[in-house]
Amino acid sequence: MSLKLEHVTYTYNPGTAYETHALKDVSLEIPQGQFVGVIGHTGSGKSTLIQHFNGLMRPTSGVVSYDNEDIWQEGYSLKRLRSRVGLVFQYPEHQLFEADVLSDVCFGPKNQGLSQEEARERARTALKQVGLKEKYYDSSPFELSGGQKRRVAIAGVLAMEPEVLILDEPTAGLDPKGRDEILDQIAWLHEERKISVLLVSHSMEDVARYVERILVMNQGKKVFDGRPKEVFSHYKELEAMGLAAPQITYIMHALRENGLPTDLSAITVEEAKCSILKALGRGEK
Amino acid sequence: MEIIKARKLKYEYLKYDDNGQACERQTAVENVDLDIRPGQFISILGHNGSGKSTLAKHMNALLLPTEGTIWVDGMDTAVEPELWKIRQKAGMVFQNPDNQIIGTVVEEDVGFGPENLGIPTEGIWSRVNKSLEAVGMTAFRHRSPNKLSGGQKQRVAIAGVMAMQPKCIIMDEPTAMLDPNGRKEVLEAVHELNRREGITVILITHYMEEVIDSDRVFVMDHGHVVMQGTPREIFSRVEELKAYRLDVPQVTLLAYELKKAGIRLPDGILTTKELVDALCH
Repeated sequence: MSLKLEHVTYTYNPGTAYETHALKDVSLEIPQGQFVGVIGHTGSGKSTLIQHFNGLMRPTSGVVSYDNEDIWQEGYSLKRLRSRVGLVFQYPEHQLFEADVLSDVCFGPKNQGLSQEEARERARTALKQVGLKEKYYDSSPFELSGGQKRRVAIAGVLAMEPEVLILDEPTAGLDPKGRDEILDQIAWLHEERKISVLLVSHSMEDVARYVERILVMNQGKKVFDGRPKEVFSHYKELEAMGLAAPQITYIMHALRENGLPTDLSAITVEEAKCSILKALGRGEK
Repeated sequence: MEIIKARKLKYEYLKYDDNGQACERQTAVENVDLDIRPGQFISILGHNGSGKSTLAKHMNALLLPTEGTIWVDGMDTAVEPELWKIRQKAGMVFQNPDNQIIGTVVEEDVGFGPENLGIPTEGIWSRVNKSLEAVGMTAFRHRSPNKLSGGQKQRVAIAGVMAMQPKCIIMDEPTAMLDPNGRKEVLEAVHELNRREGITVILITHYMEEVIDSDRVFVMDHGHVVMQGTPREIFSRVEELKAYRLDVPQVTLLAYELKKAGIRLPDGILTTKELVDALCH
């Protein structure tokens, strides 16, 4: 069940003086089960891109398909698509509205036509998956902490049991531990339920740690698409686009320039540690 | 004299039931003593809900202490007539730039503060010029704020505060919504203000890397200041920070891990250069 874009272009205000191309001829395919990171500076087209995946935006030209079906063909159910491709917006907790946590998470499955009982079952499972303790199920979502609210909002999308989960900066504004907890939880879901995950992030360190593939957007175009190590080896080009490589990449380059034969492709602390220990002769210094 | 000083500061949020009766008290800040000297660059770390923002809101009298006292430039915030003077001394910048910009043109937005202070027109313009210059946004003065990037908007918000000529600027996660470049722009602008204009800066952040150039770091947990010191002192205590749901910069973590594996390295390495020097020379 793959997601596919073929030569997708999106133009705001076509034919006027304000015409801008938010996406320019983007083609890509995301096979079922991949964990993909999407990076790009503000205004690079990331958000426009992800809104094409579940049919919130209609391409000016090009084809978007899911499971080999053109989502804009006559008679295609976008409603059904949106429960298969779940999108978690930035600051999703601003969309919480119900009187208690459990009812809020039930909103999605109920709209899918499930009975009250089934919806509650789904909601409970989803809340467990995001690691929210049962004692909060009856609380007002507005009494929870920032990190807890964020989990409830993500559970609201998970309760629809999507096959693809798209998250737009799910960790913005969370403390470091909260950041790690949410990302660990998402990685676990990806493993456990074999869902595809698209993670939009401004943190190169987070992307380096979790994803298997990175898409880099710049000025509406897909400029890089590959494994994290490959993409981050272009760190000079990334910088020119207002991005960066993970801090570890810079450390490895600096060490190499100063005579320590480190592995320049290391992008996480763990990899860097192994490489440095090796370069130092297993640390017998 | 300290620009901000607090003694035994305590703040409780009251929770109200359906009849509007206070039914529960929640302590957000407790027993906080602060001594911040003019010109210092201070950072405050702490997990979500640790009391950072509540403390920050005391620094320009948006909140008044339940117990204890806080003085801004010598003025007790609980003394009513001082309120407006205090807010001129201590300006605040929040997380979301879109919530703080009201003008339709950049320079008008920056002039809003001094205009409200009743400054004569020429005075307003000279302040606007100076503030935009200070954050590197002069070239954008005639633009619409809507068309700016996040980092640029946030710099306009900072210029708006600067135009009130405060002695102190308090920033509550000013970079949380920005991309890496925007984060860098804002941080550079703020350090520049601190260095060149001698403005006292209080920066609240979840990004550990933003803290390393501070003079002093405070760590909050459950409303208390639980650690304080220079960035090097604070980041030498990796396990303790993790227990407070915090982290250290990646280079510090790498050095810490190498040290655990038996490499001889000094504590609290903060920059790539320090690590390179320690490993290669």
